[in-house]
Amino acid sequence: MKKRFLHWIVAILILTGLLAAACIVSLCIGSTDIPLANIVPALVHGGNTIEHTILCDVRLPRILLGVAVGGALSLAGVILQGMFRNPLVEPYTMGISGGAALGVCLAIILKLSNRCGIWSLPVFGSIGATLTILVVYFLSTRRRVLNIRNVLLIGIMISFICSSLITLIMAVSRVEDLHGIIFWIMGSLEQPNVFLVKLAVVVSVLSLALSYLFCLELNALALGEEEALHLGISVENTKRLLFVLASVTTGLSVSVAGVIGFVGLVVPHFMRLFLGSDHRILLVASWLCGGVFLVFCDALARTVISPTELLVGVITGILGGSIFVYVLCGKPPVPGGKQCSK
Amino acid sequence: MLQISNLTCGYDSGFSLHDVDLQVEDGEVVSIIGPNGSGKTTLLRAITRALKPESGKILLDGKNIWQMKIKELARKMAVVSQSPETGFLTVEEFVLLGRILYYGRFQFLETKKDKEMAYNAMALTDSLKLKDQFMGEISGGERQLALLARALTQEPKLLLLDEPTAHLDITHQVGILDLVRRLNRDFGLTVVMVLHDLNLAGEYCHRLTLLNMERIHKVGTPEEVIDYRIIEDVYKTVVVVEKNPLSSKPYVLVVSEETRDKKTIAHEDLGTCGTAACIVWMLRYCLTKRIGKISDESHSCKRKRTLRVRRTAHAETGRG
Repeated sequence: MKKRFLHWIVAILILTGLLAAACIVSLCIGSTDIPLANIVPALVHGGNTIEHTILCDVRLPRILLGVAVGGALSLAGVILQGMFRNPLVEPYTMGISGGAALGVCLAIILKLSNRCGIWSLPVFGSIGATLTILVVYFLSTRRRVLNIRNVLLIGIMISFICSSLITLIMAVSRVEDLHGIIFWIMGSLEQPNVFLVKLAVVVSVLSLALSYLFCLELNALALGEEEALHLGISVENTKRLLFVLASVTTGLSVSVAGVIGFVGLVVPHFMRLFLGSDHRILLVASWLCGGVFLVFCDALARTVISPTELLVGVITGILGGSIFVYVLCGKPPVPGGKQCSK
Repeated sequence: MLQISNLTCGYDSGFSLHDVDLQVEDGEVVSIIGPNGSGKTTLLRAITRALKPESGKILLDGKNIWQMKIKELARKMAVVSQSPETGFLTVEEFVLLGRILYYGRFQFLETKKDKEMAYNAMALTDSLKLKDQFMGEISGGERQLALLARALTQEPKLLLLDEPTAHLDITHQVGILDLVRRLNRDFGLTVVMVLHDLNLAGEYCHRLTLLNMERIHKVGTPEEVIDYRIIEDVYKTVVVVEKNPLSSKPYVLVVSEETRDKKTIAHEDLGTCGTAACIVWMLRYCLTKRIGKISDESHSCKRKRTLRVRRTAHAETGRG
């Protein structure tokens, strides 16, 4: 017990260290490299220098958004995978991202951003996400019981329908709009609106705190729904709340940063490989690790083919997928163990 | 302790239990028995609140279980289900999960007391030595012990078990049920369990509830329920019921088809002797008293008999 507790603390410390390192590296590098020694002076009393502007207006919000979105997506992944007892679930399998992307595409080709301002894209994204969540939720609820297998299948189908519709929209849209749509589908952390960045950070941290209250319920749910019921968990309420929580976090992340794939799938698995399946540590660790991963990927995306920027979704897909396969194949299966899949 | 009155419940597929009335007193060990598909597990699920009844009531300590808070229910009643997914937990972590209904909303780690309870339960069920092993690594019998330990950490008054002896060898079957009886005796735990094995049910339970065709067929002591007429009627199988010479509880012996066939032949042989004697008696009767009428009857009777004997002899030689 004490050993396990110590283990957890060490894990959290390491991840926090990594997060700090990733943030600092991310602050330093970019189209203009700022040496480490200059960062603190530039931030503290940099007044009107270019360095101060770059750091505070461009890089810092981006890093904050990276931590918030990475954390939120990973958190949603842990919650959904734990709740559905299915290793393949991620926020995007549920059709949430498809709905959001469809909303945004519609907004783009209808040129709403010209008419209603910059707000229209995230608002449309959120509406799309919320609508899909509601559709999935009501279609898979029978007799007021949320049927988990149905959620998955309906989610995947809706996601498929949405992506087909997006392709349709792309086929009929003009070339200028195409770039905007692709930007959304692949996701990027470039978000000029500071308020949205702040909102993402607040929601991300709040959802971590809220979901942590349910870590024991998630542990019990891992044994199956009836077992959880026997252990005194009100299964339906817990499922409903966690489902809504995961959906809202994902919906907001997608609306702010576009569809950044793979974070919600890979990071939770990765953490489970190292830390086991106890949600008391898994939730926090995945949140931190998701932040690290996304900030790191974003730093790569900005520098790999600079001065042109790569979309961060490209990096998370390539990097996340390959690391994951490497680790999964390289690690000898732990007997009885902490493997990610059943 | 547990009162089920007029319960009807079922699934969308159409299967349902009808009009179940059952009372379980404090400190009793009651078993639910019955053929496959008779509704045993359905009844158990209704009691655990996993299945909502269409009509009727289930009272636990005089309180409707559907009006209780789920935590309150879990403190009174613990369930050992057949083979839950155990996740990737060590036995100790698994057993500690039984304590989470005692945690506060903002409590995430187990207290000393929780740990003590878990250790006591593991010691009681003889699973303490397994505590650091993974649930997936231990044998079926050991798993059952761990499940029982987890149920005990809930500090229940009523323990429900769904086929606790399934897939176990006799050592573990007897071990588990002995343990259940010990818990019942020492801690006054009331036990309701679904059992498939009629002999174990007869040996270990105070009362049996026999389900058949989605209804309760008979409730009573093992002697009352395990009667060859009732068992043959419900299970549609030929059985022999004897008394255990040591515990004088009833036990059920099954009879294979081959033996059954041989037995029928032997019976017929016996029957032939009997009728032969009868015929002799009848002939004598005819001779002495009313000769006319009965002689006809006895004649036809005699002919039938002879045919039957011939057939039996044929069957016997045929079987070699």
